[in-house]
Amino acid sequence: MIEIRDLKKVFHLGDVDVHALRGVNLSVTKSEFVAVIGPSGSGKSTLFHILGGLTPPTSGSVFIDGRDLLKMSDAQRTNLRKTGVGFVFQKYNLLPTLTARENIDIARDIAGRRNHAPDPWFQEVLKLLGIERRLNHKPRALSGGEQQRVAIARAIVNHPALLLADEPTGNLDTENSNAVLAVLRGLNERIGQTILMITHNPEAAAYAHRIVEMRDGRIVE
Amino acid sequence: MENLKHRPVRTFLSVIAIGVEVAMILTLVGLSHGMLQDLTRRSQGSGGDIFVRPPDSSLLSQSGKMPEGVVKKVRSIPHVTLATGTLIQPVSALEYITGINLDEFNALSGGFQYLEGGPLRQPDDILIDDVEARSKGLHAGDTIDLGRKWRVAGVVASGKLSRMFVDIRTLQHLYPPSGYISTIYVKADSAANIDPLFDALGQNLEAFKIYKMQELTSLYSVDNIPLLKPFTTVVIAIAAIVGFLMVFLSMYTAVLERTREIGILKALGASPGYILGALMRETVLLSIVGTLVGIALSFGTKWLMDTLAPTLPTAIVQDWWAIAGLIALGGAVIGAIYPGLKAARQDPIEALAYD
Repeated sequence: MIEIRDLKKVFHLGDVDVHALRGVNLSVTKSEFVAVIGPSGSGKSTLFHILGGLTPPTSGSVFIDGRDLLKMSDAQRTNLRKTGVGFVFQKYNLLPTLTARENIDIARDIAGRRNHAPDPWFQEVLKLLGIERRLNHKPRALSGGEQQRVAIARAIVNHPALLLADEPTGNLDTENSNAVLAVLRGLNERIGQTILMITHNPEAAAYAHRIVEMRDGRIVE
Repeated sequence: MENLKHRPVRTFLSVIAIGVEVAMILTLVGLSHGMLQDLTRRSQGSGGDIFVRPPDSSLLSQSGKMPEGVVKKVRSIPHVTLATGTLIQPVSALEYITGINLDEFNALSGGFQYLEGGPLRQPDDILIDDVEARSKGLHAGDTIDLGRKWRVAGVVASGKLSRMFVDIRTLQHLYPPSGYISTIYVKADSAANIDPLFDALGQNLEAFKIYKMQELTSLYSVDNIPLLKPFTTVVIAIAAIVGFLMVFLSMYTAVLERTREIGILKALGASPGYILGALMRETVLLSIVGTLVGIALSFGTKWLMDTLAPTLPTAIVQDWWAIAGLIALGGAVIGAIYPGLKAARQDPIEALAYD
């Protein structure tokens, strides 16, 4: 599913080169739920951005579902984000002017699937997320937990091979955190969604099948 | 659409700016068309079929005079039933008095319709039309100072050549050399003989400027008026630049405000074309609504002009609605291109980190 070999990422800040990733090796199998933990500056977010096609790697190899990210152009990485990966962010990142339903629909629209027939699978997902009755509300009328569940729905509406979650419970209280983590676990167990979650929180990481630790731009396991 | 509703003040200001741009264009075009239409209508209201101007004159200028004797020569030409000379005397930049022989002019035009007072009787009498009377708040019996005091003998219905009439002899005496006129209005004995008469006048009055009344509509067009077309072009360009700047600022601030939202769209896989397209759709919508507002505003400016400056008639020129709309749309789209490209090129990671 994900094969990362000797992945390096160097940022050029003026005359200074910052080595954010120094040779990451990681394999994630299909339907696996992996948590990546590590201190700030360990390279977690850079790994997240590379796997999500938001920034290109400097060297090494990164395969997602057989597609080599190192060889991808900007346009190909944009296409990867349409249907290959879905994002869940700490700050939910819903569009404030749209309702929950419209936030989900815009992801379908961008992927060119807006006019597709209703997706029974996705209706089941909405039930699992418990947000069917909140879809006509705008984000400001939703609790943090509800917003994050809408963000999860948006992330998987196009059936991505990989769901990337960056501190998905970072802005939530304990009750909502547990609910969101349970939803992620439920998605993984019921529909086999492959998930890679970045977190500082050991309790959140415990929901995953496997925990990998990053330090100084490398996986230390 | 939701973005426009979400930021009502900026949307409102953008629509108003585009509306003012469109209204500015439509008002200027309406003013030039209205004045030319009014000039045509009043000239044709003289009742003449043809008019003759001196050799050194132009169609619209009040300059140029010719000896009164030319009228006699015109009357001697076959098919002429009536010919009368008038004298145009400017009294300010936009105002002029027309000296007429009242009896001859009545015979030519069918006579004035008196709304107040009566005909010219004394040398210092003046007739004004109802538009002039309303503009200056004058009534029969009042005095009007046009470099010389005149007594308003009557208020007549507008549409007959001029807005102010005095006896031609008085005017010739006041503004020497005496015995000169500006224009001769000629009536043919039948409509069928207008063309032969026109040709005959041309042969007999070589070098004089001779015009047919029925051609006046095309002669009094924006294209034929010196400096009017460049003036109109300059004002339209200024209006378009104002619209362009407003949309540029509006879209630029919109892109800055929505940096994070653009980052979200990019994270979802939106291509630069998708983001540019979204901004362009907003711009087109703003332009369409702004154009409709501008058209509505142009009715308001016409009402204002008719109320405050009735001697400057403004027309509603429907043919220009689409043109003004396209000018506004063009300015707005150009104004949205840079902010749109800036949005489309944003780095998604930096945009997502923006607060």
